[in-house]
Amino acid sequence: MLPDLLGHFGDFGGRYVPETLVPALDELASEYEKAIADEWFNRELDGYLKDYVGRPTPLYYASRLTEALGGARIYIKREDLCHTGAHKINNAIGQALLAKRMGKRRIIAETGAGQHGVATATACALFGLDCEVYMGEEDIHRQALNVYRMKLLGAKVVPVTSGTKTLKDATSESIRDWVTNVRTTHYIIGSVIGPHPYPRIVRDFQSVIGKETRSQCLEKEGRLPNAIIACVGGGSNSMGIFYSFIKDKEVRLIGVEAAGKGLDSGEHCATLTAGEPGVLHGCKSFLLQNEDGQVSLTHSISAGLDYPGVGPEHSYLKTSGRAEYYSITDTEALEGFKILAEKEGLIAALESSHAMAHLMKLAPTMNKETYVVLNLSGRGDKDMDTICKVLQIGL
Amino acid sequence: MNRLREKFAELKNSGGKAIIFYLMAGDPDIPTTLAIIKALDESGVDAIELGIPFSDPMADGPSIQAAAHRALDNGITVRKCLDVVRSVREFSSIPIVLMTYFNPILHYGIERFSKDAGDAGADATILTDLSPEEAMDWVSASKRNDLGTVFLVAPTSTNERIKKAGDISTGFVYCVSRTGVTGAQSDTPADLPTLVNHVKSMVGAPVCVGFGISEPSHVDEITRYADGAVVGSALVNLITKYQGSEKLIGEVKKYALAMKNATRHDEKPPRK
Repeated sequence: MLPDLLGHFGDFGGRYVPETLVPALDELASEYEKAIADEWFNRELDGYLKDYVGRPTPLYYASRLTEALGGARIYIKREDLCHTGAHKINNAIGQALLAKRMGKRRIIAETGAGQHGVATATACALFGLDCEVYMGEEDIHRQALNVYRMKLLGAKVVPVTSGTKTLKDATSESIRDWVTNVRTTHYIIGSVIGPHPYPRIVRDFQSVIGKETRSQCLEKEGRLPNAIIACVGGGSNSMGIFYSFIKDKEVRLIGVEAAGKGLDSGEHCATLTAGEPGVLHGCKSFLLQNEDGQVSLTHSISAGLDYPGVGPEHSYLKTSGRAEYYSITDTEALEGFKILAEKEGLIAALESSHAMAHLMKLAPTMNKETYVVLNLSGRGDKDMDTICKVLQIGL
Repeated sequence: MNRLREKFAELKNSGGKAIIFYLMAGDPDIPTTLAIIKALDESGVDAIELGIPFSDPMADGPSIQAAAHRALDNGITVRKCLDVVRSVREFSSIPIVLMTYFNPILHYGIERFSKDAGDAGADATILTDLSPEEAMDWVSASKRNDLGTVFLVAPTSTNERIKKAGDISTGFVYCVSRTGVTGAQSDTPADLPTLVNHVKSMVGAPVCVGFGISEPSHVDEITRYADGAVVGSALVNLITKYQGSEKLIGEVKKYALAMKNATRHDEKPPRK
């Protein structure tokens, strides 16, 4: 079973952090083992997922979309219906419960699109924990709605002005806070990135998506899907839905990264497509970097995918050939957004719209006997400003 | 013999303690870096930590983050940092410890970097985010190329981890004075003597203390129980303050002399 005891997924993962943090990571790893072996913890978590988050989320047959694309039948896993509007809450609740077990009353988090920040702020309000969220200044502007939500939930939003002023620097700043306040603080990482045990913990808490999808597929179709498609920034929604299908070799696992203004433009964040192995924010994984090992500047219309790294387990799935990764430009993502809105009445997050845009290319190439599952990881209310500006839609 | 090990052996024989200064290579430019190293050497500083800039320095506070970005904006690369070491060797044999994060080294190539660094005249390395668990390849490459290794211990380290860091540190053990990032502080933590004495009881290598050291009084106190003190952000701040001014070298010398002097306790009563 992966990862190994030191957090390795093949050549990737591990733990590359300042020494000060290592004992806290050891504590987290051992507390996590105890928690998942504890029936009471699991019952409590399941209870919150059911009655508070609203799980299981539906697996919805998208008939008009299927008809429009004219190929594989399309099902949509509705993570956008989770409380707070995205899958991020699955992990935030789990980790907040872990923090409570460890007696840590102060929570910090990084956020890009603001969905993880909102999910964390929500979990902290629910459990009465102090919450500070680090968010790049650029993201604060492009995801203003989520900033208001976090503030109303009682969290402190700390603007990050260093470097690219996006998710990468928000993550660095969170690590700096944690290294300073490690004795009192739990850091809720929002994706399957970071030092061991985070990639595993976040994957496990998100794997509820794939577990549900698997049984819903069997119930509705009597067999597993031909492909599963999800967007990949750090990679938590995709890892969450992929994980239950890894052993089912007949199911294609397809991750979709952000190609921004195009792979040749240099302004993108298609890490698995264009990166090389490297170390950032505590783990070894594919990384967008220059010829001197400096981390590249990235761009995506979607704040949640705008990150130069990727979860180590995705790097492993890529190099082992188990999963396939493609990339979608800003412009293509907007096409994905539009078709979901117009054919199915679903306002998708820009992140998830990337997966949809790839499906627009893929579905028509597959025959009508096949079926695929699209993970709609979040809803798009937060992106209204960005999208309406680009599409020149006024009041 | 490795210049760093030689320096610690010499200090041990004479009962002296080390003062080590950190600066970022190429901040604000390479000629200034070389002039500062020369000034530090002439002021009796025992070793230099030469920073190789990294774009995402997650263990550094604002001073060193800004220095790294200035250096990168000036086009500093890993290769140019090794050129700095080579240039220093034309006028000085002061021990040089290269300090950076793991990714630039991994990307350069572990074996190739340790060989090139040794050839250039570096004596050891500190890779802030390379935990001992992930360091086996690096430790053996360093050994093959007679490059010392320095690992960090922190106030949160367990005994097992302190021992481990001691076992694989061939330069010195870097004891982080507090939980936090680099940056000048006004005080030393109250529990620091206990921490350092504990670490010293568990490791064979010299133990030097860094993070937050900015005043001669800090050095005076710390070198009463540790083998040396490391000054980073305070020097970086001084360089920033006098950047472009003809006063820079004079100010660096004045500061370095005061800090080195604070390691000598013969005639002074202990402070604090």
